[in-house]
Amino acid sequence: MFTDTVLLSATTPFSYFPIVLQLCAALGFVGLTMFATHFLGPKRKTSDKLVTFESGIEQKGNARQPVAIKYFLTAILFVLFDVEVIFFYPYAVNFRELGWDGFLAMLLFVAFFLGGFFYILKKGALKWED
Amino acid sequence: MGMSLQQIVFGVLSIISIISALGVILSKNPVTSVLCLIVTFFTIAGHYIMLNAQFLAVVHIIVYAGAIMVLFLFVIMLMNLNAEIEPQKRSWLKYAGAISGGALLLVLLAALREASVSSLQPGAVEIGLISNLGKTLFSTYVLPFEVSSILFLSAMVGAVVIGKKEGHES
Amino acid sequence: MQHVWIVLGVLFVFLNIAAGLIWVERRLLALWQDRLGPNRAGPLGLFIVLADTLKLFFKEDWIPPFADKWVFILAPTVVVASVLMGLAIIPFAPGIVVADLNVGLMFFLAMSSLGVYSIVLGGWASNNKYSLLGALRGASQMIAYEVFMGLSLMGVVMLSRSFNLTEIVAAQEKIWYVFLQPVGFIIFFIAGLAETHRLPFDIPEAESELIAGFHAEYSGMKFGMFFIGEYLGISLISAMTVTLFFGGWLGPAFLPPVVWFFLKTFLFIGLFILLRASLPRPRYDQLMAYGWKLLLPLVLANLLITGAVALWLKS
Repeated sequence: MFTDTVLLSATTPFSYFPIVLQLCAALGFVGLTMFATHFLGPKRKTSDKLVTFESGIEQKGNARQPVAIKYFLTAILFVLFDVEVIFFYPYAVNFRELGWDGFLAMLLFVAFFLGGFFYILKKGALKWED
Repeated sequence: MGMSLQQIVFGVLSIISIISALGVILSKNPVTSVLCLIVTFFTIAGHYIMLNAQFLAVVHIIVYAGAIMVLFLFVIMLMNLNAEIEPQKRSWLKYAGAISGGALLLVLLAALREASVSSLQPGAVEIGLISNLGKTLFSTYVLPFEVSSILFLSAMVGAVVIGKKEGHES
Repeated sequence: MQHVWIVLGVLFVFLNIAAGLIWVERRLLALWQDRLGPNRAGPLGLFIVLADTLKLFFKEDWIPPFADKWVFILAPTVVVASVLMGLAIIPFAPGIVVADLNVGLMFFLAMSSLGVYSIVLGGWASNNKYSLLGALRGASQMIAYEVFMGLSLMGVVMLSRSFNLTEIVAAQEKIWYVFLQPVGFIIFFIAGLAETHRLPFDIPEAESELIAGFHAEYSGMKFGMFFIGEYLGISLISAMTVTLFFGGWLGPAFLPPVVWFFLKTFLFIGLFILLRASLPRPRYDQLMAYGWKLLLPLVLANLLITGAVALWLKS
């Protein structure tokens, strides 16, 4: 399939070359379609289109309002969980070579992970209703 | 040919990362700053790939571009952008920023001067691949790995304490 | 040159699948809801694909004056581009893969984690309260289920000892991983539903409460991109499910591998549509509680049990 298997094998940076091609193709398709169709449709400005659509109710203020801190809390907990999950990846590939020692290390890690998780649950940080 | 190709890729990546990094600090709109920062992270991931640190490159995208920047966007949404959010420009703040930035630059320059180029060898280095990295992490660096889990625990507690306190105020 | 053809082929095939799904979804939904569905234009109503596409092309492409123009344009770009990038690492048959990466599975997770930007940026740039609410809900849902998605795949990685998808498929020669990792499969599929925000997890859109949510202000082909992105997302998750749990291209020799791959993929696309036809939408807090309180402990237990059993069998 490949012109040079050694050069394009999965362990060298060259295996990312097709990714660049794919990126060009993806962005090219989206950009071209959106650019071309921009000129196809009609252009009519009516007063209804100049205000936001809020199901026919008269607009009060705009959407640049502060939102509930809950979303922020979910996001920051997500960042923490996401980074912890990253540590599972190198373990999962190597767990056979690492044997029971590695398993115990991982068990301790999961214990801390769950400790934090139960603290979050207990404090009701993930509860949506107050 | 191979060498020059690498130099071209490196040059293009570096130029994009410098331009987008400048965009982060020069743009007036906080959302544009975040978007520029995401582009910067992508180019840095590209640099990691050039170093054959494939695991680090993908983790960089998952954690920085995929998680932390989402958090940044949430923070921007939390702010009231109708109100004038530009903080009062205190002059001492500018000087403090310039001094701390200059200090960081000095440290970086000193570190770069000390770094020896001879230790780098051309050719594919395979330590950045996920299986080799995992072996090292779970044998030599198993203690720091466990300590990091305690760090995560404290971060979770901190997030909950701050988040819940703010929640009661409003 | 070989790569260019594969890239263009993947783009062509999956865009056609996405377009075809316009018809397939409507016909299947109609079948399960005991009505006719589109049946006027062309044989079996097949030309609805053409009609829908042309309609989207010739709609007014409106950028609201109150919106943040460039971010508004960027959001639909991200949704399609991130899914198309995710398709780059899927092996359709031996050797037919855009990029055979050493960390292919992680690359897929990285690309699906970028999909969240389309919702956040689209909702924020629209400057519409409903859009913003949809964006926040959608983003919280997607980032939460992303964690479970990553964890649910670790069982597969432990069994195949690789992040390379070609190797993962090859490792399923004897037995498909769905039999060894049933919990992982179910959680991955649920997380996939949440990532593509399809019913029952279509909370960011939720027509009845959020008037289409984060893309309420979009029109023309910019809306079309969200539309295509959703169908491409379904195809991507189905293809990944097949690759990771159902042996990818593997199958009896009377059909070529590519045919097996797409047959299995279509089966899962059908499952996506069946779920839409049969399940109601949960409340937002129920969805989040379900994820954090049930799926997370379950997926961690699955990981540890897989590890312990595999090590015990070895020793």
